[in-house]
Amino acid sequence: MSEIFGIPIQAFMGQLMLGLVNGSFYAMLSLGLAVIFGMLNIINFTHGALYMVGAFGAWLGLTYLELGYWQALLLSPICVGIFGIVIERSMLQWLYKLDHLYGLLLTFGLALVLEGLFTNIFGVSGQPYSIPDELSGAFNLGFMFLPKYRAWVIVASLVVCFVTWFVIEKTQLGAYLRAATENPKLTQAFGINVPLMVMLTYGFGAALAGFAGVLAAPAIQVSPLMGSNLIIVVFAVVVIGGMGSILGSILTGIGLGVIEGLTKVFYAEASSTVVFIIMAIVLMIRPAGLFGKEK
Amino acid sequence: MKQKLLVALTTMALAAFGTQAHAQAEKAKTGKLSGDMVKVAVMNDMVGLYADIGGPGSVEAAKMAVADFGGKILGKPIEVVFADHQNKPDIGASKAREWFDTQGVDMIVDVPTSSVAIAVAKVANEKKRVFMNTGAATKALTNEECNPYTVHYAYDTYALANGTGKAIVQTGGKTWFFLTADYAFGHALEGDTAAVVKASGGEVKGAVRHPLSASDFSSFLLQAQASKAQIIGLANAGGDTINAVKAANEFGLTKNQTLAGLLMFITDVHSLGLKTAQGMMLTDAWYWDANDETRKFGKRFFEKMKRMPSFDQAAVYSATLTYLKAVEASGTDDADAVMATLKKTKINDVFTKGGYIRVDGRMVHDMYLMQVKKPEDSKYPWDYFQLKKVIPAEEAFQPLSLSKCSLVKK
Repeated sequence: MSEIFGIPIQAFMGQLMLGLVNGSFYAMLSLGLAVIFGMLNIINFTHGALYMVGAFGAWLGLTYLELGYWQALLLSPICVGIFGIVIERSMLQWLYKLDHLYGLLLTFGLALVLEGLFTNIFGVSGQPYSIPDELSGAFNLGFMFLPKYRAWVIVASLVVCFVTWFVIEKTQLGAYLRAATENPKLTQAFGINVPLMVMLTYGFGAALAGFAGVLAAPAIQVSPLMGSNLIIVVFAVVVIGGMGSILGSILTGIGLGVIEGLTKVFYAEASSTVVFIIMAIVLMIRPAGLFGKEK
Repeated sequence: MKQKLLVALTTMALAAFGTQAHAQAEKAKTGKLSGDMVKVAVMNDMVGLYADIGGPGSVEAAKMAVADFGGKILGKPIEVVFADHQNKPDIGASKAREWFDTQGVDMIVDVPTSSVAIAVAKVANEKKRVFMNTGAATKALTNEECNPYTVHYAYDTYALANGTGKAIVQTGGKTWFFLTADYAFGHALEGDTAAVVKASGGEVKGAVRHPLSASDFSSFLLQAQASKAQIIGLANAGGDTINAVKAANEFGLTKNQTLAGLLMFITDVHSLGLKTAQGMMLTDAWYWDANDETRKFGKRFFEKMKRMPSFDQAAVYSATLTYLKAVEASGTDDADAVMATLKKTKINDVFTKGGYIRVDGRMVHDMYLMQVKKPEDSKYPWDYFQLKKVIPAEEAFQPLSLSKCSLVKK
């Protein structure tokens, strides 16, 4: 059997594939963070909690309303988005003019409140959520046994990432949005409702987190801590990609997922640190991140 | 001259302080209870990944023990306090120090997470106060790290390895691969189980170490799959075990390989659901559905916490009750006197019949090899385990002859 660095090529390909799956989650979550930071200048620490709420939305829908996976995939992000809008209108909007630190503190506090609330109600071991029947089973790729559900995660996340990038970078709406961040007063003078745009952006970022949550629900246990286990890595992804850079966060997310996956084969003990080592190196060489612009 | 005076004054002051401290200590001894009360402190992971195993449920269990004891001891009140150690040894040790030094805590109970347990045991030894550990697994507590004030109450890695490891090899599971949580507990559990597997004629094909609270296990499981071992031993706990089992089902490992949960609690099985967990083998220290007495305790606990007690929580109840009985029998909460009483008293309660505490601090009692039921065999809520084998107390735990504890005379 042929080998790469002493690892059978099949195992290598398998790990590459799994890295891609994890990378898809990182990409989707860091995309939401990047959008919110880019447009609102808020470091949204609530993101992990919103991802958790999205997953719980799916579980609650199934348990109490008998909503299936597909309905949850649509409804849960919408609910999380609306919840995000409520947060933005009631709290965040007062902080835009202040230092980043205030937004960070508020959103971090909110994340703790949400996690505490869910832990209290549901316990930390979490709730099981089954894979929908249409997506159970697996593809035999020759080099590995890829569960259909994981393949679906890659596809869904790539589509969502692409659409988001397209809307923000290539459409009229996206142009307004970017203008509103660049110079809110001038944009408003042109008759564009900037506060509305900002509100919708936060809602959209939150919905993205909720969507990732629903995608994750069948793959990992739906538990109140699922967000905080992930959020630090996702922040590292955003920093490496360049704060606020959309394309940067997508590419870095996928790339780091793959690198982390490969680390798990070569030296599993380092798999939780490798992302931060990369972050340190990138910040030394390019302080604004790989795709960020120096201000 | 001036200097001599200063020295004399200092000496006098020091002497005065010394007598005062000595008088206080004397008073504590003759006045029977320090601080005129007994304070039991529950320390564990209140909100993190091990919170369902112990957490607030352990506090409730300790309170139940106090209530069953009658609420008063030698005519004085009993108080239960608690704290969250967040699975961090430094937090656990400094909280224990604060409790012993300034809060008048007499005994600390629970303390899951081996690294924290070892840190707290050191503080207990230094401050000469009782530490009854029910939550942590490492057998180091009664070996290298043993001390005269620490009791290891419910289980340890030796008992788990011996129960699950030996039984599985005997039923034909000869080749093993370990999925290990990368910290003291995981390493200890893997090491002990590997030793049992080899001693019973099995073979260890390899191991992979994952970080604590890893969010994705698929990559590690793929390595386990590639090893082609018959048995995949999960040397982890709590949320990590749950996610590993879930991913193993998704990736089809369970078709050709069998998972062995080396430390699984009933709360883990509950949150996985029987559909995913069915067929797994595990070693248990206590099960709520074993007899009428345990069922009664389980239901009482359920009414308060809306879930059945884990064996850790039952052990917290039992340890607290045992401690209070020992304080009463000794007529004091002086740690040396209480430990002497503890080590010569048989324990008979809902947790164990005829359990006893050895010189190394190990509480010796029967353990149980369980198999998780199929969904169709489960008749009522929390009906999860099928008893496969009772492991008698003498076989369940490490014999004293193998102990590395300095208290054991060889």
